[in-house]
Amino acid sequence: MKQIRTLADLIKIKDEYLSKSKESEKKDAPGGKVRIRVHMGTSGIASGARAIHDFLTIELEKRNIDAIVIKTGDMGYCFAEPTIEVTLPGEEPVIFGNVDKLRADEIIEKFIKNGEYVEGILPVNYQIIN
Amino acid sequence: MEEIKMVKYRKQILVCSGAGCDSRHSEEILDNLKLELEALALENDIQVIKTGCFGLCGLGPVVKIMPDDIIYTKVTPEDAVEIISEHIVKGKKIERLVYKDPLTQKLVSASSEMASFKKQLRIVLRNCGIIDPESIGEAIARDAYLALGKVLKEMKPVDVIKLIQDSGLRGRGGAGFPTGLKWKLAFENKSDEKYVVCNADEGDPGAFMDRSVLEGDPHSVLEAMAICGYCIGSSRGLIYIRAEYPLAVARLITAIKQARDIGLLGNDIFGSGFNFDIEIKYGAGAFVCGEETALIHSMEGLRGEPTVKPPFPVESGFRGKPTNVNNVETFACISPIILKGASWFSSIGTEKSKGTKVFALAGKINNVGLIEVPMGTTLREVIFEIGGGIQYGKKFKAVQTGGPSGGCLTEKHLDTPIDFDNLVAAGSMMGSGGMIVMDEDDCMVSISKYYLDFTMDESCGKCSPCRIGNTRLHELLEHICKGNGTMADLDRLRNMSLVIKDTALCGLGQSSPNPVLSTLENFMDEYVAHVVDKKCPAGKCRDLMQYFIISDNCVGCTACARVCPVNAITGERKEPHLINPSICIKCGACIEKCKFDAIIIK
Repeated sequence: MKQIRTLADLIKIKDEYLSKSKESEKKDAPGGKVRIRVHMGTSGIASGARAIHDFLTIELEKRNIDAIVIKTGDMGYCFAEPTIEVTLPGEEPVIFGNVDKLRADEIIEKFIKNGEYVEGILPVNYQIIN
Repeated sequence: MEEIKMVKYRKQILVCSGAGCDSRHSEEILDNLKLELEALALENDIQVIKTGCFGLCGLGPVVKIMPDDIIYTKVTPEDAVEIISEHIVKGKKIERLVYKDPLTQKLVSASSEMASFKKQLRIVLRNCGIIDPESIGEAIARDAYLALGKVLKEMKPVDVIKLIQDSGLRGRGGAGFPTGLKWKLAFENKSDEKYVVCNADEGDPGAFMDRSVLEGDPHSVLEAMAICGYCIGSSRGLIYIRAEYPLAVARLITAIKQARDIGLLGNDIFGSGFNFDIEIKYGAGAFVCGEETALIHSMEGLRGEPTVKPPFPVESGFRGKPTNVNNVETFACISPIILKGASWFSSIGTEKSKGTKVFALAGKINNVGLIEVPMGTTLREVIFEIGGGIQYGKKFKAVQTGGPSGGCLTEKHLDTPIDFDNLVAAGSMMGSGGMIVMDEDDCMVSISKYYLDFTMDESCGKCSPCRIGNTRLHELLEHICKGNGTMADLDRLRNMSLVIKDTALCGLGQSSPNPVLSTLENFMDEYVAHVVDKKCPAGKCRDLMQYFIISDNCVGCTACARVCPVNAITGERKEPHLINPSICIKCGACIEKCKFDAIIIK
C-alpha cells in the first residue's frame, strides 16, 4: 500500500476500498459477489470458527460460487458461536449462529444458491453508528 | 460460474425462538403457521423458519415477515391463521399486532424504523465483526485514521482536549474519571518526554470487552493513542496487555506494523511534523496491574505494586515522566467523538454519564455475550431484553457488576438506569463492564467468598489491611459456610470490611470488601440462615446440607446403599433405608441412583 502523506491520500484509499466493495454488492452485476464474514475472535475460534472458515472457502470454490470470505473479530453473540454473516449481492446481511459444517453446507446450498432461509438466523438487535 | 438463482420463496416468515418467546409458545405459533400454509397449499411458496432472539423479549413472541420487513409483536398461536389469511394471502398489514411506540403512539412495523426497539447502540464496537482486523484498508474504509488526520491538520491540541471535555467522556476502566480533564492535566505538566499508555490489562472475572475490541478493531485504539499523544505532547505510546490474550496481541502487532508501513505511525505523520510510535508491553496477568501506578511499575520492570497517589501518573508516571493512562474502551470512543462532534456524543446517555458502555454478559443468562448500550439503559432491559432472561426459566436473584470490586444488585435495582453514579449509589460500581447474572440456585455467601478468594490471591501484599484483612474476611466467610458462624461474626464481617475500605493503599484493597458489604446489605436473610438455622437456602454449601430418605417413598431396593462410597446408608431389603449423617460425605451419588425420588436434600 502507498505511503500516506496527506489527508487526501487517506481518503483516496478509503474511496478505493469503498468502490471495490460497492462493485461486489451490486445485484446481477458481473462483479456481484457473495460476501461472508466469519467472526473469528477468541470465542469464535474456540468454538470452531476456523474450521468453518476453511470449509466455506474450499467448498464455495469447489461449487463454483463467486464469494469473498473474510475473517473478522467477534460480533458479541458468544452464546451462538461460531457465527457468520452472509450478504447476498444487493441484499441485507443475514447472520447465522451455531454454524457447524452441516449448517454451513445448508447455508451454501439453500441460502446462498437459493435465497432460502435456514435455521440459526440471529436477528440484528443493535444499531451501529456510521 | 454458477448463476445465483432468484429467491424461490415468495415470502418468508421468521418466528423468534429465543427463550423468552419460546416460553410464550412460539413453537406452537410456528406449527400453526405451517399447518395453515399446508391447508392453503402454500407451503412451497412461503417459508416459515425459527430464528434466534430478536432482543424484544418484552414484546414477544415476535414474528417477522420478509421481504415486507414487518414485525408483529405479542403474537399468540391463534393469530397464526390471521397472519396467513390477511397478511400473506391478502397482503394486508394486521395493525392489531403491530407495535405502538409508547412516546409517539405511532404504529411501528418495519424493523428498519424500529430504532427505539434496538436497545443496543454500537460506538465502541462499531467495527467489531465488520472489518478484517488484519487489513488496515478495511479499517480505513470505515473511517479509521480520519480523525487523526483531521486533528493533525486542522486542530490545536487545546481544541481537541476541549472537545473531549465537552463530550463528557469518562474513563471506561472503572472509576469514571473525566477523560478530557486527564488529558488536560497531562498536557499542562511540562516535560521533555511524556507517555500515552493504553491499559489493556483486563482482569475482572467474566469480562472480555477490551479483548474483543483489540481483536476486532485494533486500529481504533492505535489511532486514539496517537491523537492523545498529539494533545498532551507525547511521541511514545505503550500498550500494556496481558500475555494471556495471544490473539489480541498478534492482531495488535499486525496492526502496528501496517500503520507504520504506510506512515500512520512513525515520523512526520500526515506531513504534520508530529511523530508518534507505539510499542507493546506484556503483563503477566496480575489483577492489581490494572491499577495505573502498579501498571506503570510493572512496565518499568519493577514489581507490580501500587504506590500512593499523589503524585498521579499525569504528573509523574512511567520513568518519572507525565503519563496519561486510558482504558481500551475509552480510546475506542475518541475518533467518533472527533468526527461526529462533542454534542453528538453528549446527547447519548444520562446527565453525568455520556455515551455508551460495553458489557460482557455472563453467568446464568440466555444470551451470553458482548453488548453495547447507551448509558441510562436499565438493568432490566439489559438482562431480560437483550440478555434474553435467565436460563431454564429460573428466578433472577442478583447481578454482579464491577467485578471483584463491585457489588451484587438485586430485583429492586432492576429498573435503575445504568450509569457511573447510579451504580455507586446502589452499592456497586460500573467497573470495566463485566456483568455476572445469578439465579435462585446461587448462594450469596459463597459468591462473596469466591470474590474474596480472588482478591486474596491477587493482593500484592504491600499493605496490611488488604493482605491480612482480606484473609481474615475470607476465613470468617469460610467459617460461616461450614455452619460455625455466629451473629457476632456478621458484625465482625461488616466492621472489618469498612476498616479495609478506609485504610487499604490502592483501589484493589479499598474495593475488595464490596462484594461482602453489598451481599450483607441485600441478602442479610441468607447470612442469617447460614449462622442461625445452619442452612444454605440455595443448597450450595455442602457442609450445611443433609441427605434424608423419605421412608414412605423408599421401597428398599438397596440401590443407594450399594452405590454409597462410604457405606453411610443402611437398611434391610424391602425395608426403608436410613442415611447416617455422621458418615455421609454428601457426594450425591445416592440421589442419582434412586428411581423413587426417595432421597432429598435439606
